[in-house]
Parts: sequence; C-alpha cells; structure tokens
Amino acid sequence: MRAVRLTVTAATAVAALTALSACTAKSDAADGDAIRVTAADATCETSTKSVPAGQVTLKIENKGSKATEVEILFPDDRIVSEKENIGPGTKYTLTAEVKAGAYEIACRPGMKGHGVRQKLTVTGGGATAGRDPRLDKAVADYRQYAQDQADRTLPLVGTFVKAVKDGDLAAARKAYAPSRLGWERTEPVAESFGDIDPKVDVREDGLEDGQKWTGWHRLEKALWADKKIGAEEKTLADRLVTDLKDWQERVGKAEITPSSMANGAKELLDEVATGKVTGEEERYSHTDLVDFKGNVEGAQKAYDLLKPVASKNDPALAKELDKQFTALDTLLDKYRSDKNSYDFVSYDKLTKDQTKELSDAVNALAEPLSKLAAAVVK
Amino acid sequence: MTETQDTTTASPAGSPSRRALIGWGGAGLALGAVAAGGAVAATRAGDDADPAAAEAGGAVAFHGAHQAGIATPVQDRLHFAAFDVKTDDRAEFVRMLKDWTAAARRMTAGHAVGEGAYGGLAEAPPDDTGEALGLAPSRLTLTIGFGPSLFERFGLAGKRPAALVDLPRFAGDNLDRTRTGGDLCIQACADDPQVAVHAIRNLARIGFGKVAIRWSQLGFGKTSSTTPDAQTPRNLMGFKDGTRNIAGTETDRLKKFVWVGDGDGGKGESWMTGGSYLVARRIRMNIETWDRTSLQEQEDVFGRDKGEGAPVGRAKEHDKPFLKAMKPDAHVRLAHPDSNNGITILRRGYSFTDGTDGLGRLDAGLFFLAYQRDVRKGFIPLQRQLSAKDALNEYIQHVGSAVFAVPPGVRDKDDWWGRTLFSEEA
Repeated sequence: MRAVRLTVTAATAVAALTALSACTAKSDAADGDAIRVTAADATCETSTKSVPAGQVTLKIENKGSKATEVEILFPDDRIVSEKENIGPGTKYTLTAEVKAGAYEIACRPGMKGHGVRQKLTVTGGGATAGRDPRLDKAVADYRQYAQDQADRTLPLVGTFVKAVKDGDLAAARKAYAPSRLGWERTEPVAESFGDIDPKVDVREDGLEDGQKWTGWHRLEKALWADKKIGAEEKTLADRLVTDLKDWQERVGKAEITPSSMANGAKELLDEVATGKVTGEEERYSHTDLVDFKGNVEGAQKAYDLLKPVASKNDPALAKELDKQFTALDTLLDKYRSDKNSYDFVSYDKLTKDQTKELSDAVNALAEPLSKLAAAVVK
Repeated sequence: MTETQDTTTASPAGSPSRRALIGWGGAGLALGAVAAGGAVAATRAGDDADPAAAEAGGAVAFHGAHQAGIATPVQDRLHFAAFDVKTDDRAEFVRMLKDWTAAARRMTAGHAVGEGAYGGLAEAPPDDTGEALGLAPSRLTLTIGFGPSLFERFGLAGKRPAALVDLPRFAGDNLDRTRTGGDLCIQACADDPQVAVHAIRNLARIGFGKVAIRWSQLGFGKTSSTTPDAQTPRNLMGFKDGTRNIAGTETDRLKKFVWVGDGDGGKGESWMTGGSYLVARRIRMNIETWDRTSLQEQEDVFGRDKGEGAPVGRAKEHDKPFLKAMKPDAHVRLAHPDSNNGITILRRGYSFTDGTDGLGRLDAGLFFLAYQRDVRKGFIPLQRQLSAKDALNEYIQHVGSAVFAVPPGVRDKDDWWGRTLFSEEA
C-alpha cells in the first residue's frame, strides 16, 4: 500500500529463515559448530567463511565501544537474520536456518551504515533441517494460488483498462473493483517485490516526494472524483497493465515460507483494519468492502493451507480461527446481494455502528491470526 | 479496605528467574510505611532492579474481600473502559474473565502479562504490549463491573440485582450513545497514566472476539479524595468539591453506604455481597462561559469560597457547612447528605480534557465515578435533586452515562472476577 511498509514486508518474506533465531538464541550451541563473530568499531572478524546448510549459529561478541548490530544477509542485502543493539562488551548467540548459497555477515557499529562485511558461503544442497513436508506442500500450493490470482487478474484489468480507453465512465467504474480482487487476495506476496506495489496500488497520500502517481487509485480518483477520463488517464491505464504483467511474471518466484504465509495472512487483516474499515483505501469509489472481502479470502487461503500443521500444534487456535473467519464472512455477507456476488454495498452507506461491528470482527480474527506463525514454526 | 500488606499475592505464579524483584525484606517494609495502603515494590518482568522505581509507587494488593480501586486511596490517573460482549458462549466468556483475572493479578503486581513483552518466539507477537516495562506498579488497581445489559445474556436474567436499575433520564441530560452504557467495564487507576493505559490495552487485546471496547475515558487530576487528611483536590472549575467524601479508612461508613450487605438483595443476588454499584457519568463543563463568570457567582454556585474551599460563612475547608447560609440552588447545599435524607456516596471522579471540540472549545469536564450500596438510594435521588435545581447546571452537561454492578473482591489466586455470578452454586 504505502512505500513505507515495503522494507517491513521484504523482511517478512524471509521471516521463516529467522524463525528459529530467537527461540534458540539462549541455548548454548557447542562452540565447535558455531561461527564466532568478533565485532569491534572498525572490524568484524568471523572464525570461518564456509558452513554447511541448515542451522547456522553465530556466537557474537562485541568488543567495540558502541552498540552494534550483526546481520546475515543475502547478496542483495535482504536480511536473513539479525540482532540489533548488542551492547559493548556483551555476547549474543544468533541462530538461523540458511540454505546453500552466498551470504554476507555484517557488523554495524553504532547500528548505522553499510557495516563491516565478511563473506559466508553456505555449502550443500537441500540440507535445510527438519522441514515438515506438509509445510512444503502448503508453500507450493500457496505459490500456485498467488500465480492463479495474478493470471486471473490480468483479463479483469484488461476489461477495466479497455473501458477507460474507450472513455466509458460507467463501464470503467463497474470494472474497477473486480480488477483489484486478485491483487487484494495476495497483496503481501506482491508487496514482497517492493517495486510493484508503489506503482499500482499507492494512494495519493502515500506518494513520496517526486513520485508520479500511477495505478488503480489514480484512476479511481479520475472516475469518481473528477468524473472524467482524459488522455493522461488512458496512458496510465496502459501503464497499469504493464506493471501488473511484471507482477504476473514474478509472482511465482516470490520468496514464500510457511511463516511468511502466516504473517501475510495477518498482514491482510492489518490492511483491512487500517485501510478498509476506515474507508480510506477506496475513498472515491467506496468499494472498500470488495477489497475487504478479497483480503479476508486471501488470508483464509493461507490459513487453510497451513491448517493441517497449525491445528496439530495448536488445536485451540485453529478452532478459534475457524470460528472467527466464519463470523467475519457471515458479517460481510450482510453487505452483498448473494454469497457469490462481489457486488457489495458502497462503504459510505454504512452506519457508524456497522463499521464498528466490522472493526470488532476484524480485531476478533486478527488477534488470534497473529499467533498463526508461531503455531506453524513451533 | 482491600489493601493489606500481602507479599505473597504480589508475586503470582510465573517464572521467578525472569523477574528481578526488589524491595523484599528491608526495602519493602520501609516502603510499606510511606506508601499509602501498605505497598510492595516490584519491577516488571525482565527488568533490571531499579531503586528509583520503588519510590514511584508500589503495588496495591489485588486480592481481598472487596475489589481494590473503590476504597483504595485515589490514584492520580484513570483509564476507564466500557465493553460490549461479542460472544454468546458462556463458557468462552467465563474463560476470558479468568484470563483477565490472571492478567490483572500480574499487572497490578507490576509484572508483564503472560510470558512478557520480549524473549519469546520471534515469530509471535509478545504476550505483553511492553509499554509498562521498567515502570513501577504505580498503585495500579483494576476494578471490574457488570452492566444491566449483561444480564440479558448467558441466562443471567434471574441474577440481575434489583439495585442495578437502568438510570432514569435526568433533566438536562444530553447523552451521547457512543459514550453510554456497556455490558461490562474496567476501571484502571494508577499514579502513572502509562500504567493505566497499558492495563486496559492488554485486557482489550485478551478480550478481542469475546468483548469489544464500546467507549473509554482517560482521566487525570483526581477530583475526590478518599484519604481524609489529604487536601481536597480541585476540579477543573477551580473548586474543591467532595470535601466530605467517604474515606477509605471509614469502615463503618463504607459498610453502611458502599458495600453491598448480606441481606441486601433478593433471591439470586447473594453473589453481590461485598460488592458495590458504580455510576459513571461524563460531565462536560462549559469551561469558557464558566471562566467569564464573576468570582461572586462562581462561589455562590458552589456554596464555597474559591481560595480556602470553606463553606459559605465558615473559615476552613473542613468546617461543617451551614447550609441555610448558602443560596437555595448552591451545589454543596443541594448535594449535601443533610439535604438528601443522609444519602452518601463514595466518589472517585477524575478531570478529563479530550482536546477541543470542533468549535474550539475545551472538551473538558469531570468524569464522575460514584460507588454506592444501592443506586436507587444513592445516585438517583441525589441526581434528581441536582438536575432539577443545581445552579451549576448552567455550566455543565451530562453527556455520557453508565451503571455497573461491581462484584466482590477476588479472594485468592484460584478465584476470578465474576465467579460468584457465573458459578452455578451462587
């Protein structure tokens, strides 16, 4: 949605790799297996440059004069795992599950800047320890789902774009919300790429200085607020297709893990709680309930795929999630003509009591949903 | 009084190794002597010992015959929240009350909720929200109440106390529906606003799906004292009010006017014994017009002088008021027990300012909280009298209202909020 969230989301996409870091941080791994990291104000010494894939332990000691941050990084600087604020003279054990490949270990004295880097090569293939095959299936199925959603979205966007280019205001308005559904269902995956979301789904208030406003919401404003379609809008409509094709091509390669799926589900509810329930997302078209439904469906999909594992690890949580998904669906059904239709009531027609009721139902689902990742990784 | 020196209950079951406790032994005893109510100092979970924290405010015992937060010496800050029940499942609601009790027991002792705010699984949100880490218990009290509408649920109709009446409409009421009513409430009082807010925030979170906050109110600057020797605090109109309020140490008056007695109710009401009834009113003050009012009129309206707080014709604040010397519509004259057949309530109101309204006027006033043994004999006749005649009405408006049955105290670590209402034998 907003550019400011992107770094957070990017980190979430690899969250599974960090999942083990905190819970095992306190356990004392045998020193022989661990990489000793000696951080100082200008140096970052590592005891080895190569380790086998699987669980990697960093025994960090900060011998510098200021607090430091130690990270394991992918070559493109995405964070695999990190520990911030390691005080001078203190030690910390950081554990992460790492696949084969080239990495870097960074020490950031004062927790600023590029940091002092050391190469780390992780050897061996498929040595990622102890992965539940049901989770691998969940990830594969979810990847397929994300791809399906993108594949189905492009024709719907095509319909929308054609109406815009035809200058047909009524048809464009009608095709607007349906063209967004697939995106809304899988938004956390799309956001993990970082560069697509600001092009297609940014709102005017989310623009950074100098950023040109493009995408759905720019067209939404033209259709509902300005009530006209000009040459600029037609160009932007083509641009939307181009940007979404980029999404369609890349979505299958997204970094997806069981916990990024779980946290993605929670993020979809967060989207609802911060943007849809308030009516901010679709402030001109008031089609917020369509997005709302899409977010909930996407969250439910991720949950359903993770449920075999989650319900075994935490049956009470699964029971609660089933109940709250049903409750929210039932509530949303009140605002559409029939259960299969995505013709939802215009959001500005809802009373304050009704939006409060929706908000309560979102909180009731999002709170237990925030515990799903833990139930999946434990 | 619910506050007794109780070092065992201040440290509920948990993981002692994760907690750094200070004040046990010598320091704790010394603190008990200075802090009101016999306090125990404890730092929050995962915190390093901080001697400064001990001075800021100890812990008020959570367990007792009556809930803390009624007769407890009034703390400086308030966060009050009224909730709607969202579940029809009685067992689920009871489970939440038990979870709330456990969380309240920990928070009032100065500990974090559950497994704390950090150190857990990196993938899961922490149990505790964390903003009270490093803060002293700050005499936090958490007090639960059940509203009339709760008794329409869970098969509780037969247990609604006769004394828990729906408040009648009073002249001049301009009640905002979104600040009125509620199936249940939590009153959080503490000397540190962050501690009070933290408590409500964590309870709301535990309650999601079972209850939802209907409205809430922050308060500051207590306007009533339950400690007789302390100077009576002033309200936002600049006046001392409630000089004769019931003190937390006045066992006899508490028994007579505040605590529900054994034989008070009819069939099915014994669960309220040891409890009380709470009336909460959001009273907006017309600050700007009040400030333009002459000193003489201000003093006439209250029936006190503004400086000393002495009743009309008297010299000192605590001098017995000579009611007939006051104007017939003076607030003190009308509210005094002698003008109301002895009606006495325990007040613990707080000032509030919620910024400004759309017209640039201060949205401020008094969040009035009154505890009594029977609403029909306490607030209702008193407010009937005041709403009809009080000269103060020109400068105030009641904009929010709620009434709650406040059950007796949680006895021990196995007890929970609402047990007497929800367990079958009661």
